[in-house]
Amino acid sequence: MSTALAGTRRLVRFTLRRDRVRLTVWVLAIVVTVLGSVATFSSTYPTAADRQARADVLQSNAAASLFVGPGYGTDHYTFGAMTANEMLPLTALVVALMNIFLIVRHTRAEEEEERAELIRATRVGRLAIPSAALTELIGANVAIAVLLTFGLPASLEGLSAAGSLAFACGVAGVGLVFAGVALVAAQLTVSARGALGLSSLVMAVLYLERALADMGDSGLAWLSPFGWASNLRAYVDERWWPLLLFAALTAALVAVAFRIAAHRDLGAGMIAERPGRPHASARLRSPLALALRLQRTSLVAWALSLLAFGAVYGSIAPDAAHLAADVVKLKDYYARIGHAAVVDQFVSFAIYLCAVVAAGFAIQVATRPRAEETAGRTEPLLATPVGRVRWLGAQLAVSLGGGVLVLLGIGLGMGVSYALADGDAGHVLPSVGAALTYAPALWVFTGLAALLFGLLPRATTWAWAGLGVVGFLALLGPLLQLPDWIYDVSPFEHVPRMPADAFSAAPLLVLTAVAAALLALGAWGFRRRDLG
Amino acid sequence: MSAISVTGLVKTFGATRALDGLDLEVAEGEVHGFLGPNGAGKSTTIRVLLGLLRADAGAATLLGGDPWHDAVDLHRRIAYVPGDVSLWPNLSGGEAIDLLSRLRGGVDPARRDALIQRFDLDPSKKARAYSKGNRQKVALVAALASDADLLIFDEPTSGLDPLMAAGFQEVVRELKAEGRTALLSSHILAEVEALCDRVTIIRLGRRVESGSLSDLRHLTRTTILAEVAEPAQALADEPGVHDLKVSDGHVSFDVDTHHLNDAVRRLTDFGLRSMTSHPPTLEQLFLRHYGDELAAEGVPLQT
Repeated sequence: MSTALAGTRRLVRFTLRRDRVRLTVWVLAIVVTVLGSVATFSSTYPTAADRQARADVLQSNAAASLFVGPGYGTDHYTFGAMTANEMLPLTALVVALMNIFLIVRHTRAEEEEERAELIRATRVGRLAIPSAALTELIGANVAIAVLLTFGLPASLEGLSAAGSLAFACGVAGVGLVFAGVALVAAQLTVSARGALGLSSLVMAVLYLERALADMGDSGLAWLSPFGWASNLRAYVDERWWPLLLFAALTAALVAVAFRIAAHRDLGAGMIAERPGRPHASARLRSPLALALRLQRTSLVAWALSLLAFGAVYGSIAPDAAHLAADVVKLKDYYARIGHAAVVDQFVSFAIYLCAVVAAGFAIQVATRPRAEETAGRTEPLLATPVGRVRWLGAQLAVSLGGGVLVLLGIGLGMGVSYALADGDAGHVLPSVGAALTYAPALWVFTGLAALLFGLLPRATTWAWAGLGVVGFLALLGPLLQLPDWIYDVSPFEHVPRMPADAFSAAPLLVLTAVAAALLALGAWGFRRRDLG
Repeated sequence: MSAISVTGLVKTFGATRALDGLDLEVAEGEVHGFLGPNGAGKSTTIRVLLGLLRADAGAATLLGGDPWHDAVDLHRRIAYVPGDVSLWPNLSGGEAIDLLSRLRGGVDPARRDALIQRFDLDPSKKARAYSKGNRQKVALVAALASDADLLIFDEPTSGLDPLMAAGFQEVVRELKAEGRTALLSSHILAEVEALCDRVTIIRLGRRVESGSLSDLRHLTRTTILAEVAEPAQALADEPGVHDLKVSDGHVSFDVDTHHLNDAVRRLTDFGLRSMTSHPPTLEQLFLRHYGDELAAEGVPLQT
């Protein structure tokens, strides 16, 4: 065993060096978001009655368990109970994602890129690469746990040091389990993409299992690590023994992964890859066909995920109004504008949030040209009679058009499930229309990525930072009361929020014009610059 | 008419001057060898010729057009094999070949399949499962199956085994017989010697030598190995004689080509019993141009 681990210490240092920015951003973003959200509780729900009303709504709405826990302490809904109930599941989900991304990045992705071969040819044991990745993630999970334990304000009513420790351990425990899941997945598939897909699938299934189990009282939530985290009962009635479950499952997963890693060939997986076609299909004869072929799986996955996301929101839309009606602070507002308008506002806001997420697809596709360029796959294509603008345009077209399809998925998911929940088919078309209205906002992000690619190619991935700002404004913006011009930066703020607001073409035309200008500038820059 | 004509080409990357007034002439219908050590600027030159990089100064004409402005039109008549082939991991080799061929303007399926067989390539494997050599074969099949007038190869056989490299040479000879032009950048001197009509040697972004192989041989030395009856140390004083070694009746030396006649005549004074001579290999030409550089790195110059 000791020779199998040889070189791990050096590799850990190397891994941390490579991830010094990435890891810091993940950890801080997670911690700051949790602490920031908890800090807003006292202004959103100032009185015990407000909190109790909130708890009752969550309890009465089965679908809410997608986002909240089983609801320990809802009979006396302190800020502590609120933190555990409403922050834990989603935080644990994001931490799980962090573990999956980083583990795959340092294991299967390295093997696929054949860098692992260089490393393994040195005095480095068979298990050094996975154990170095695991060490880094253990450190990251512990760092998140420590920062949360000490960062969550004990001054807030109902928060305690022990409770914060339980909350933090739950988050970190889920993180460790998914580090183990990703480590096993990385042994099974031959591609990094496959390992990410498999781990995310396991994560989604376990998350949904927990959510479904928490709708009833069956105890089936114990089948999922997400359920174990809730069952630490942070801030309510802490119990610690479920931590052993995290430890045992993580150890078992790591043992399985190490056992496979110690015996398999480098670069090989356990799931064999299907052979490809010896001839290309007749359609694969243009840059656009290639771009579609490379992005089709991703497009389908995004469209279906957001369709499901929209459907979840749609199914709770009719109840949304009751939620507002019961919150003391919103009672007057509710009485003033009426039930239908409140539902419309909920639907509008849900579509807005989904559309912000959909911009992720537009950016993912629009930043692909840079990845193709650095991988050296652009050169052979541009050495054929394919012009630069045609090559770039094909990929941007998939970003622009695919974005519209993803929005359509949101609208359909939302509209159909809202219609089913409310028994009124008339909800479908307005939802679809409202979702499609965001297309010009997505195009601006395609344009931003294209602009960076043309003029500052090395900064292409900073397009994601633009979405980060917009996402931050969408989630926390209303609570922070920032100056108006900051909100104006986000293209999404200019889109009429239908169905609550009326349609208006002018802002959409302006956004489309901005997107067109960005795309044109990007193409102009790319035509003039060196490839490399 | 020249297929490629480059004069005074300059390309800088930041502080690095990758091309520093490079000249290159490739005549139509010839196979032209393009030699130089790593970092000499071979790939940079090729990428300028393909319109992937824009030259800072100098003039380049490719098949009568401007490589930057007429890139798309020119590429109908050009096929290119990069030195480091990178493919789409989830596309099979066959799909990549078909895609590249179709983008260039159609593929002759019979020729494609014959080449796949000749290079012993499995076209149904996904690209991520290919070795470097197999990725290179994919690019070679796509290029060689085309009807391009000009083929540009950047170290095309660096990942191939000798059998496949021989197969490559065979195909290039066939293309040459059809009157097509090729620019072949290579480190493998035997390959250049076997295939190329003319050679350009570059170094530090400049041309240091250009001509047919026989032209270049005039510039350099012939190696003589002889057996003589008498001690022949006196040969060292003969003009044009270098690296004389005398031991036990065996003599070896290099002689400048224009002193060959006098040196051989002088050799007979020592009672010549047997003699062999061979012309300089490209290896020696190469070493003469990079000798100082190699010597500085401690590489012995005798091969």
